[in-house]
Amino acid sequence: MAVAAAVVLVAGVALALLWAPEDADQGPSQRIFYLHVPIALTAYACFGWGAWKALRLLWTGDQRYDLESYTAVHMGTIFGTLTLVTGSIWARTSWGVWWSWGERQLVLFLILFLFYAAYFMLRFSLPEGPGRARISAVYALFGVVLIPISFLAIRLAENFIHPVVFTRDGPQMSGDMFFTFCVCLAGTLLLAGTMYLNELAGKRLDLRLRDLRESLELG
Amino acid sequence: MTYAKDVVALARKDLLLELRARETLPAMLLFVLATLVALRFALPADASERASVGLLWVAILFTALLGITRAFIPEREQRVLDGLVLAPVDRSAIWLGKVVATLAFLGAAELVALPAFGLFFESVTWSTVAAVALADVGICAVGAILAAMAAAGRARELLFPVLFLPLSLPILVGGVGAAVSADPGRYLAFLALYDGVFAILAWASFEYVVTE
Repeated sequence: MAVAAAVVLVAGVALALLWAPEDADQGPSQRIFYLHVPIALTAYACFGWGAWKALRLLWTGDQRYDLESYTAVHMGTIFGTLTLVTGSIWARTSWGVWWSWGERQLVLFLILFLFYAAYFMLRFSLPEGPGRARISAVYALFGVVLIPISFLAIRLAENFIHPVVFTRDGPQMSGDMFFTFCVCLAGTLLLAGTMYLNELAGKRLDLRLRDLRESLELG
Repeated sequence: MTYAKDVVALARKDLLLELRARETLPAMLLFVLATLVALRFALPADASERASVGLLWVAILFTALLGITRAFIPEREQRVLDGLVLAPVDRSAIWLGKVVATLAFLGAAELVALPAFGLFFESVTWSTVAAVALADVGICAVGAILAAMAAAGRARELLFPVLFLPLSLPILVGGVGAAVSADPGRYLAFLALYDGVFAILAWASFEYVVTE
């Protein structure tokens, strides 16, 4: 899976840089779109996956979902931060500012970043055990509900925060562009999957190691 | 029917405690007044009056923060929560009782805050009053469950604001929008939607937060 992720991602970047037609309006800077948007979608996928695992945990009470949910949220936060960084770079090149309150996705990711950063604070403040697993799971569920609500809030807020938004005329993608976009999306999703599985295995090993140490000390 | 009785009994317990100890409410009242005065000086003289509406909402959110932070700390410290969880009541009734009690505190603080805002800044419109009433429900519904989560951890008072503020941003948008927009209906509807969605979620998931 790691190899597949690397191959698809390299292919996607190569397609984005060399093959995809140049955007008439924005020129070469538009090419960051092929990374920025797939990363953002991947972050949503990670948060959704984390919430699904959280729901499974509450439903079945099976503790192994706790680590899976936590790892997924962890990956989501990494991709969310990358979205903020790439989005900020894109805003700089196309509008000349590092930050724009008119860009809905960016504002949404800022809110999500604050929310999920608090997830880690919450998690590390709680004593380990099933209680922590359940509280983290409930918080992760609040997160996926917050995404659409915040999105709606940001759209409503534009009316009074930022009356005229840069109307980026809807990306009417040509077939070539869309294909490149899909390759990039597959690449980032594979990358997230690989990172998720690695991280999960690592965390499980850590736990097992600690258990073994404890039983050694006791023995 | 027993469910409603449980909720009333739990809310009554909090209100009685407050009546005897008088800890939270006086602090909230003084805090909201002090915040409004502080915000008056934070606003330059030539700032538009519209900007002051935003300050009212900041004052309300921070006052709620102050009041709700403490909501579950006595429960955890005195181990009341263990008793409540063992008691033959539906666990969501514990949440609902806490929502009712905090709603009473917050409403009382706003009874002072809104006239004070009218006195210091500009008069309060009906749409603002409606938005405040709707927002209170959302603030207390989300606040009560997050306070229970925060109280379970080590950081407690520190943790709650960090958990609460990102979730309350939509309330801020709805509240400010209802006050400054020519068409407050959309914003009020949005606040009602927020209340509904998060109240259901909190009601359904509270059990998992307090079960040991």
